[in-house]
Parts: sequence; C-alpha cells; structure tokens
Amino acid sequence: MTESLVSIRGLSKVFQSEKGPVFAVQDVYLDIPKGDIVGLVGESGSGKTTLGRTLLRLIEPTSGDIVFDGNDMNSLDPSSLRALRRRMQIIFQDPIASLNPRLRVKEIISEGLVAHGVGSRKERTEKVAALLEEVGLQPEDMRRFPHEFSGGQRQRIGIARALALDPEFIVADESVSALDVSIQAQILNLLLDIRDQRGLTMLFIAHDLSVVEYLCDLVAVMYLGRIVEIGPSQDVYSSPSHPYTRSLLSAIPEPKPGLNSERELLQGDIPSPLNPPTGCVFRTRCKYALDSCAETIPTLVKLDKKHKSACLRLSEIS
Amino acid sequence: MEGQGLYAERKVFSLVLERRSSALALLFFVLVLILVFLAPIIAPTDPYLMSVRQRLTPPGDSFFLGSDAFGRDVLSRLLYAGRVSLMIGAGVALSSSILGVLIGLMAGFFRNLDGLISRIIDAMMAFPDILLAISLVAILGGSMINVIIALSIVYTPRIARIVRASTLVIRELPYVEAARSLGSSTVYVLTRHVLLNILSPIIVQATFIFVYAMLAEAGLSFLGVGVDPSTPTWGIMINEGRQYIDQAPYLILFPGLAISFSVLSLQLVGDGLRDALDPRIARQM
Repeated sequence: MTESLVSIRGLSKVFQSEKGPVFAVQDVYLDIPKGDIVGLVGESGSGKTTLGRTLLRLIEPTSGDIVFDGNDMNSLDPSSLRALRRRMQIIFQDPIASLNPRLRVKEIISEGLVAHGVGSRKERTEKVAALLEEVGLQPEDMRRFPHEFSGGQRQRIGIARALALDPEFIVADESVSALDVSIQAQILNLLLDIRDQRGLTMLFIAHDLSVVEYLCDLVAVMYLGRIVEIGPSQDVYSSPSHPYTRSLLSAIPEPKPGLNSERELLQGDIPSPLNPPTGCVFRTRCKYALDSCAETIPTLVKLDKKHKSACLRLSEIS
Repeated sequence: MEGQGLYAERKVFSLVLERRSSALALLFFVLVLILVFLAPIIAPTDPYLMSVRQRLTPPGDSFFLGSDAFGRDVLSRLLYAGRVSLMIGAGVALSSSILGVLIGLMAGFFRNLDGLISRIIDAMMAFPDILLAISLVAILGGSMINVIIALSIVYTPRIARIVRASTLVIRELPYVEAARSLGSSTVYVLTRHVLLNILSPIIVQATFIFVYAMLAEAGLSFLGVGVDPSTPTWGIMINEGRQYIDQAPYLILFPGLAISFSVLSLQLVGDGLRDALDPRIARQM
C-alpha cells in the first residue's frame, strides 16, 4: 500500500453557537495517499469544507490528530507548524472573492514568497512569471489587476498563488463549481497536469459527483460531519454500498431518458448539525432504517481492500 | 459583478468631475484654499491693525468688506481666519481618520477586543458632538491644538465604526484566509488586504468630518470655548460681530457666508465622492 501523506485520526470540530454546539465534523478518520487526488463529496452542510479548513489549521480542531508526513501537527511548536503549513495550500471556490481586487497579479502570487522571505525581488518576479506560464497565463499578466481576467483565468491565478511555495499538499475547495462547464474541464485538466508534474497530493472537495469521478483516485462521501463511505473511485461509482451514496449517485442525470428507472431519490433536507440524529446520522432519511439504527453509531466496515462503508445493514441491503 | 470594488482612483476622480455640482464645488473649494493660503500676500492690511477712528465702516473704498468695532479690516481678518478654520478642519479630519483606522482595525480584526472598543465607541457617540467638544476643550484649555485634539476625539468614533464594519466583512473573505495559509503576518493582512480595500469609505467620511469640524469650530468659537479669542477664526468673527448686528450686519454676514460656502462646497465634493465610489450610483451617472 502507498504511504499516506496526510492522516486524519478521529478528527472532530464542534463550533459553539448561540443555539448550542454545532457538530460540523465528527470522528473522521481519513488517509490521503501520497500523489493521489482524494475527492470529498457531500451535500451543503455535510462538513466537508470545515474538514478541509481544519486540515490546513485555518480552523483549530476540537479533538483528534492530523499527521502530515509523519509529523503530528498537534504537538508542533509554532515555528515548526509555520514551516509545515508552508507545505500545504488551498485553492478556493470563488474566483472573485479569493483575489484581493486592489493588488496586482504579481503581488497576489508572490504573497507567500514575501511572507516567507523567499528569494530576492528579482528572483520572485522570475518565479511569478514561471508560475503564470505553468498555469497557462502570460508572464506579462503579472502587471494586471484581477478584474481584468475572466473567471477561469482568475482561478488559474489562485492556483498559481497556491503553487508559489511549492507545496506538497493542496486542498481544492469546490475549486471548479463556480465556473462554466467548459472552463471547469480546462481547470480540471490543469489540476491533473500539475499533479502529474509536481507529484502533488490533493484533497478535492466537491458536490459535483461527475467532476470527482473524472479527477479523483479515491472518493470519501460525507454526511452530517461523518464519512459514510470511502473507496477507489471506480468501486464507489460502480458499486455504491451505503444507502446515502446510492441516492447521491442516482441523482446524477443520465443522458438517455428512462435509463435509470430505479432512482433512489432522497426526501427532505439534511438534519441540523445542532441536533444530529442519534446512532446512524443518515437514518432519518434512509429507507432501510430500523429501530436499531438509532442506537448504534455504525463504523466503517471493509468491503474489500480499500472500499469501506458505514452502515449497520450493509450485508442485508447490498 | 465584473470589476466591482475596483474603482481605480483615477476613474473615481473623473466621475466626481462629471457631476457638475461637485466639479463646481471642488473648484470653489480649491479657490478658497488658494486665497487663504496666500493671505499674507493678498490681504490688504494687517488683520490685527486697529484704527479706532475708522471703526464700523461699511464696505466701500477704504475697507472692501468694511471694518469691525476696532477698525480692523474685515477682508484681511476673513482671509487669516480662514487659515485657522481650514487648518482645524483638515487637522481634525486627518487625526481622527488615523486614530479611527487604528481603533477600527483592532476592533474589527481581533474579536476579543471588539466588545470593549465597540461599547466605548457607542458610549462616545451617545454624547451630543458639540457638548462633548465643549467639555473636552474646557478640560484641555482653549488653543488651536486643543480644539483639534478635542474635535478629533469627538469624530474618531465615526471613522472607527465604519472601519470596524468593513474590516468584519473583509476578515472573512477567502483572500484573507489565503493570506493566513500563505503565512502572511497580521500587519501585512491588515494593511495590504484590509486597509487597501476600505480606503474609499474612509476618504468619504473624512471629507464629511472636515465639514463637521469646521462647523464645530465655528460653534465653539462663537460660544467662547474655542481657540484663543485674539486669533481670528470665522466663528470668533461672528461672535464679535453679534453685538453690532443692528449697526453693522456685514460683520456677521461675511464670515457667515465664508463658513456656509466652504462647508457647502466640501459637502458637495464629499457627496460626489461617495456616489462615485458606490458602483450602483456610479453607473447611472
């Protein structure tokens, strides 16, 4: 088995709100193998964005450990943590709000280099030019402002900024969902190229399942702060085992009418993380749910070597 | 959406000038600035020179705008008084902006400071401006510096509130989050990411504070708690002329007009700036 670059061990994040604690991420275990792209999918409010932010320490976890390349991030002193954080970066969803409108592209991309005191002014300019070419823009673009670019181009600038410090791990948070479909394909191919050339490891957060199928080696499905199914993309897509994954996949529109006649569509909304259901979090919307599902929290059970699913009735329903 | 919040200063300036009222107002205000700046050269006489035999002379050949109760030239005094009034306005606008930006950034960016700072700001804004200014000048003593200090304290909360509110919004934007993951320092984030993006509302508010400070100075001087009464300011001139309102109404007319027109022109410039910086209104202009 390949070595994992990032290991998440029992990670939980509870936000304190005026209405009480919000259980955004609950007891998540996830290994991200070196050089792989792991897709994290789920509805809005499933905690996937919080999980990504917690990995980068943009949000402090409530409990649990994150091990990055053998270093437990909880036990590091601030300067080692800063050095470690340099090796992981983020690409955002909104190509407009993620770039400071008042700064030139050069300043935006070189921000990390300046912060870490990398290179001289001239070397930084050369680096920015090289990065712009790497993401498919022109070196001359460094003198322009973000508003002079289209959405897809701005996303490329955001990618160049993330790559400036030569990170090993990138969290891409819904990085293509704000773009047109034709542009999405270009950005996805760019991400794949970069992964191949730099040997990057990536956590790709998305709600669009077809994008994840195209891009990712592994897929983790999140529901209400918990991972309910995880496995290699082709396995999860061809034989989904968790009832939630099944309904998600049957919600993908088919090009031929009448092709998927047996759709398992979900009813209702995701329950509030303020008051998550006892036992299995999905039981309130699950058509297979029994009384016993309210009592035990299902754990991820191995279906085969890499494919795991968290459902108490796994053997009966598959 | 495209280009929002990207109003380059040059474009804003041309938008201000496109509106006739603000263009005229800016022209007028610049004229006032030039006249007042050149006071030592263009003033017909020494503003302190008394000629008791020519007291309360109506406007005419010997005194263009008349003379006051001590026979001093009103035009000369008006020009010199303008220096003090505008200096106080500018001084208050500048120092309350600097203070307000510092306080507002801290309140908006550091959550644990916000509660305390915001309560103090609320408490200060609950006082009527002029009453707070009077008590501060009474404590500090009447001089130009003290009036600037007192009025800056009075108007700082206005800037601080705007800065705090804008900072709260920008703090949550993805580019600030990106800055944290890139390892940028708090100072870099506050100056390059936050301050650079909230300059426009600060500049607009500063022009209005300029206006309020000039009016407040006139009010304080009129009430006798402003700068040293021997220094001419427009407010002091009105206060002195008050006693002779029957015999020499021009004594309060001219300083009154000077205040009104300077304030009006600056206010119109401020309005133009505010509209030009608001993308929704700017598009209609």
